[in-house]
Amino acid sequence: RSPVLTLSTMNPAVRRVEYAVRGPIVTRALQLEQELRQGVPKPFTEVIKANIGDAHAMGQKPITFLRQVTALCLYPELLADPKIPDDAKARAQRLLLACAGQSAGAYSASPGIGMICGHVAQFLQRRDGVVANPNNIFLSTGASDAIVSILKLLVSGVGPSRSGVLIPIPQYPLYSAAIAELSAVQLNYYLNEEQCWALDVAELRRALTEGRRHCCPRVLCIINPGNPTGQVQSRQCIEDVIKFAFEEKLFLMADEVYQDNIYAKGSAFHSFKKVLFELGPPYSEEVELASFHSISKGFMGECGFRGGYVEVVNMDPEVQQQLSKLVSVRLCPPVPGQILLDTIVDPPRPGDPSYEKFMAEKQEVLSNLAHKAQLTQEIFNRTPGIHCNPVQGAMYSFPRIDLPPRAIAAAEAEGKAPDMFFCMRLLEETGICVVPGSGFGQREGTFHFRMTILPPTEKLQLLLEKLSSFYTKFVKEFS
Amino acid sequence: GPGGSRGGGTEPDAAWLAAGRQGPMRWSSAAEASAVNINEKVNREKILTLESMNPQVKAVEYAVRGPIVLKAGEIEKELRKGIKKPFTEVIKANIGDAHAMGQRPITFLRQVVALCTYPNLLDSPSFPEDAKKRARRILQGCGGNSLGSYSASQGINCIREDVASYIERRDGGVPADPDNIYLTTGASDGISTVLKILTSGGGKSRTGVMIPIPQYPLYSAAISELDAIQVNYYLDEENCWALDVNELRRSLNEAKAYCNPKVLCIINPGNPTGQVQNRKCIEDVIHFAWEEKLFLLADEVYQDNVYSEGCQFHSFKKILYEMGPEYYNNVELASFHSTSKGYMGECGYRGGYMEVINLHPEIKGQLVKLLSVRLCPPVSGQAAMDIVVNPPIPGEESYSQFIKEKESVLNNLAQKAKLTEDMFNKVPGMHCNPLQGAMYAFPRIFIPSKAIEEAKAHKMAPDMFYCMKLLEETGICVVPGSGFGQREGSYHFRMTILPPVEKLKILLEKVKDFHIKFLERYA
Repeated sequence: RSPVLTLSTMNPAVRRVEYAVRGPIVTRALQLEQELRQGVPKPFTEVIKANIGDAHAMGQKPITFLRQVTALCLYPELLADPKIPDDAKARAQRLLLACAGQSAGAYSASPGIGMICGHVAQFLQRRDGVVANPNNIFLSTGASDAIVSILKLLVSGVGPSRSGVLIPIPQYPLYSAAIAELSAVQLNYYLNEEQCWALDVAELRRALTEGRRHCCPRVLCIINPGNPTGQVQSRQCIEDVIKFAFEEKLFLMADEVYQDNIYAKGSAFHSFKKVLFELGPPYSEEVELASFHSISKGFMGECGFRGGYVEVVNMDPEVQQQLSKLVSVRLCPPVPGQILLDTIVDPPRPGDPSYEKFMAEKQEVLSNLAHKAQLTQEIFNRTPGIHCNPVQGAMYSFPRIDLPPRAIAAAEAEGKAPDMFFCMRLLEETGICVVPGSGFGQREGTFHFRMTILPPTEKLQLLLEKLSSFYTKFVKEFS
Repeated sequence: GPGGSRGGGTEPDAAWLAAGRQGPMRWSSAAEASAVNINEKVNREKILTLESMNPQVKAVEYAVRGPIVLKAGEIEKELRKGIKKPFTEVIKANIGDAHAMGQRPITFLRQVVALCTYPNLLDSPSFPEDAKKRARRILQGCGGNSLGSYSASQGINCIREDVASYIERRDGGVPADPDNIYLTTGASDGISTVLKILTSGGGKSRTGVMIPIPQYPLYSAAISELDAIQVNYYLDEENCWALDVNELRRSLNEAKAYCNPKVLCIINPGNPTGQVQNRKCIEDVIHFAWEEKLFLLADEVYQDNVYSEGCQFHSFKKILYEMGPEYYNNVELASFHSTSKGYMGECGYRGGYMEVINLHPEIKGQLVKLLSVRLCPPVSGQAAMDIVVNPPIPGEESYSQFIKEKESVLNNLAQKAKLTEDMFNKVPGMHCNPLQGAMYAFPRIFIPSKAIEEAKAHKMAPDMFYCMKLLEETGICVVPGSGFGQREGSYHFRMTILPPVEKLKILLEKVKDFHIKFLERYA
């Protein structure tokens, strides 16, 4: 008999959801890994998962202090361990006092442990020079969780009044997935590849105007530094975006999870919050803004702990109550992730026993990433047909690849997007797993792939060269 | 473009006014603009307001952390400020959080997770070898051997294998396939995800979800958010909150008139009611689901919390199998477990799993796809779940301490369950069904009509009015029955049995005294 739950009876919105970062190419990569384990001969000895921004998976080491504090909180008997520094112990004791029953196993308040929200607020104040209210901070299960919660609040209306959400193309496909799941309307604005993926307000305006014809655009999403593009927006650009959002009455969502990953000389991170307040009234008093951060990226790379937060600015107080209510249904974000976040926003200070080691580890990770960003760009740009914009920040390269018409035809014959076709062949022949640009969005007729810069430097160099050779071979084959 | 004209005059730009105040307010004189002070300023309407927000989110209620808990928080603030109250502390007996009430974590579980978190400790002589072995195994299942890597969206493979083994042992050998196991961010996450996939249709064909009344209000909240249709079936208070298939049938048939009932949710052991369904009842429910083509959700997070003699936990999965191939090849079932309850009480880790049976392969693909957008459940919670399903066994170094701790917690809970039931049943105007399992008492309370009227005057449900008074006069925070659902005209509250025994005794006395005074006051 036919099941209750089938493709035709399931939630149609869920059916529309796609998430390329863990999509079909990764499924195939896992199969290949399985085959390798079974001893099936392949032209490669390992599958390289350069599809996902997971630093530890690629060998990056956790920051010692963070893990010490967390372990102490989870197993307070370690407070007696002489090998663990005193500042880590003091942190853990403070954190445990802030947990109900002094246990990391208790539910916390739904917006997060109050003390930690306070530390996040202080961190923001130091970072931006602008007052932050802990009541406007909601800790979350990764940034993705908070992004979805905010989008959820914003989606309403029917037909031509249905909420439209402006997202960058290329985008991080959490946005398109959430929009599909919520049956909101996706409105694409194109980043300018010729200009290092710059954001152009004229293009925002074009997208908005077109969007107004068939929906009610309410939200403008910015990813800065960008994913997959890595561009770091200039201060001027951020001002322009804020003013645009103000004029056009758009709720601003600023995804800033890569704020610690800035590599290019001349690039600097400017938080939307800071620029908003430096613009002053009426912007600082009117623009509704939600800014997101995460423990998954930066120099920490603690993806698996699922930690993050959102700061809401100028949110209607009644809506903010609704947000509190919404997050309460899922009780609270994971407490170990909250603990990690605390050590990140309130790290060791000069003079603390752990300070030097902490700074050394942090510096090493960040300079390593900067070096790899540069290396990636250099190597890719050596090959004719591969055009890689500067990797100003984040963790990815997103090179454009020229594909010959015969390759495009072959892809179409297989019912695949041309860059998926390319990436599948790359995977099958080299074991390197990257995500086709079609998973992120790109201008019609252009093709890209997103590859992380995370493997260790020597390995990365080999991979970049392998990939480049494969590209050259591929183009030759389909010429 | 924006900015407007800055001509002469002292009033808002005429063109701006004529345009119906679209866009930023424009002033005819920059001087006027800067001279406007905060009080005179016209704040424009926000983009995101109660009116413009998602109506489904507005409809969501979650009483366990709802208005009464907000009030409790305010009172705590007042206490901290030194404001005098008839009590010195607020007791949060509203939420099933054992550690918050002083229960200690299981040592072995914390050792393993600490080892995974800070692997330097693998060299420390202070940790037993069996804990280290498990930690190494978990770390080997992690990318880069780090808890900080994303795991597969379905969860770490070896942990899913351990879950499957656990289920097989628990269910007397009924096979469990690791491929049917999904680790989750607490059970709530899994439950919401399955409900989400199930919700479709429009108008009369909108998915109906059958839930017990009283229920754990995650279900009603998820249903509201998804804009599915809530279909209530009443548990039988006169019969220790038993589930009656006739009532299921009544509820289903009525619902068919206005929706497409597709889902049947069971909570066993029950929350808030604590009833433990007997085997016959579970068979009847499974048969009913098979007959009526309902997708079964079995919320079994309290499977380790069974206290009453004569009561035993039977998993839906096991009974399904024992009913034979017509059932076990056809009935679609999702069963849920969690690290938050049991003897572990690891709520803050957000660990859990679900086992799905007879899901169409394409649906499993959709499920993984949906989960992949959120990447993975917290790996520290996955590690905690692993210890729950793969605890020390006889012969292992940590076994005796583990068993001692586990039994101590469970015996303590059983003692408190009995204590609570007995105490409440001594109170005139209160009736408490046996606490067969879970962590809560859900006594029925008589509320005099004068109190009901005063509640109405305050625009409150009568039991909310009662609970607010209880909170204000004793500092004890419990959740009114209206937050869980109850038969019309009956009133209840849910109180946890989690405070330490001596404290619990005092609390129960206080509730008794309050109740008696309340009856007198509103006689």
